[in-house]
Amino acid sequence: MHSSTRFDIIAIGGSAGSLSVVARLLKALPGEMDTPVVLIMHRLKNVSSELNRLLAFGRPIQEPEDKERMKAGHIYLAPQNYHLLLEADGTFSLDYSELVHYSRPAIDESFYSIADAYGKRALGILLSGANADGAEGLARIVKNGGAGIVQDPMEAEFRIMPQAAIDMSADIKIMKTDEIISFIKDQYHTK
Amino acid sequence: MVEEISNTELQELIFIIQHQYGYDFSDYAQASLKRRFIRFMGHAQLEKLAELKLQLQTDPDFFKKMVEYITVNVTEMFRDPQFYQLLRDDVLPRLATYPIIKIWHAGCATGEEVYSMAIMLQEAGLLERSRIYATDMNAANLEKANTGIVPLRWMKDYTHNYIQSGGLHDFSDYYTARYDSAIINPALRRNIIFFQHNLVTDHVFNEFQLICCRNVFIYFNRTLQERVVTLFYDSLAPRGYLALGMKESLLFSKERKKFEVVNGPNKIFRRKY
Ligand SMILES: C[S@@+](CC[C@H](N)C(=O)[O-])C[C@H]1O[C@@H](n2cnc3c(N)ncnc32)[C@H](O)[C@@H]1O
Repeated sequence: MHSSTRFDIIAIGGSAGSLSVVARLLKALPGEMDTPVVLIMHRLKNVSSELNRLLAFGRPIQEPEDKERMKAGHIYLAPQNYHLLLEADGTFSLDYSELVHYSRPAIDESFYSIADAYGKRALGILLSGANADGAEGLARIVKNGGAGIVQDPMEAEFRIMPQAAIDMSADIKIMKTDEIISFIKDQYHTK
Repeated sequence: MVEEISNTELQELIFIIQHQYGYDFSDYAQASLKRRFIRFMGHAQLEKLAELKLQLQTDPDFFKKMVEYITVNVTEMFRDPQFYQLLRDDVLPRLATYPIIKIWHAGCATGEEVYSMAIMLQEAGLLERSRIYATDMNAANLEKANTGIVPLRWMKDYTHNYIQSGGLHDFSDYYTARYDSAIINPALRRNIIFFQHNLVTDHVFNEFQLICCRNVFIYFNRTLQERVVTLFYDSLAPRGYLALGMKESLLFSKERKKFEVVNGPNKIFRRKY
């Protein structure tokens, strides 16, 4: 049996109010799913230990080193103080330059590089947050043929971030957390 | 505003720069290099890639400004205090056995890392017999470094870093505050020389007991990293130390077998023989 999907990467961005949502999404990932997941979260202290604690089981979350190759089935978290970029050959590049939206890592920067390197094979998800980081990036993923989802602003603890993305592109799907989970599960028909 | 640069466009830019000015960016990591070009175009208020190309082809001063912008110059004194603590506790005592200690800071930016090293050597009583070679490809950075002046507003953070690294002295003894500048004591700078060296095109120029090349590899692709690791290997004395940035690794290099890991998380390595 082999699981297949149209996506080679799932990138999730979030800020204030997104941690518990990320934990729910990750817990619900189908066991056979081997698409790597990349998380870009900002303004949160100790995201990685906090997430590892919330998840308590399952796949550990790793902070990639520069030029590390992204591996099937792994979950990566953008390290503090660097922008996390993806190269077309599937390796990570860390970038230590100016803050974007007062943040480093910035969700936009990761999403741009993913849109560029992965095109229609990218799925971007943007969750709760109190600023507009990630909105343009998500619109870029969609523009380059990938799929973009935002957490329904009605459900999100902070609606600014998902709303900013909705305002940028009509092709972005709006979903509640449960719907995002079913969407991901639907991608994994085993054949 | 330009939002994206295609691979073909990137290759064209790299070609123009190489052809016209001899700088070779072809083995820089693509995603971050594209990002740098896009940011620079915003900064220079250029709307179209064609304008950038034209300016590059006709205006050497413009090119100089661009190189200064796209090579990231962010740096700190005692950045990553635990790294400095390890240097102080584990590396410097070993270096103390050499009559002359030669250290190379490759990609030293505006010198903050170099002054930090000088302070630690001073405290270990080794500065007198140390020779510090600090290089960068960006001439504007080196000019700044040479003045020994650091913006005063950062000194609070640097003092904090210094204390965290295990520093026991009064940090303000190491500089003189003047308006908004901190002038690093000339005595600390006496054995430092700054000069231009491009890791892509320039060669081995001496033999060192310690090479620090922190937060430079992240701008290179694997091929270039590999080449520069070889350059460092050839520039190290047997059993000499190599220190990289906290997120940089030798793991992906074929050369890694020639090094032993002194401290994994802090990226301190040692040439085997
Ligand atoms: C982020 S700074 C690192 C400064 C310092 N080592 C630190 O860790 O704080 C990167 C530096 O690498 C330099 N650099 C980039 N490419 C280079 C090359 N090919 N040869 C030498 N230096 C280079 C840049 O000019 C810049 O000053």
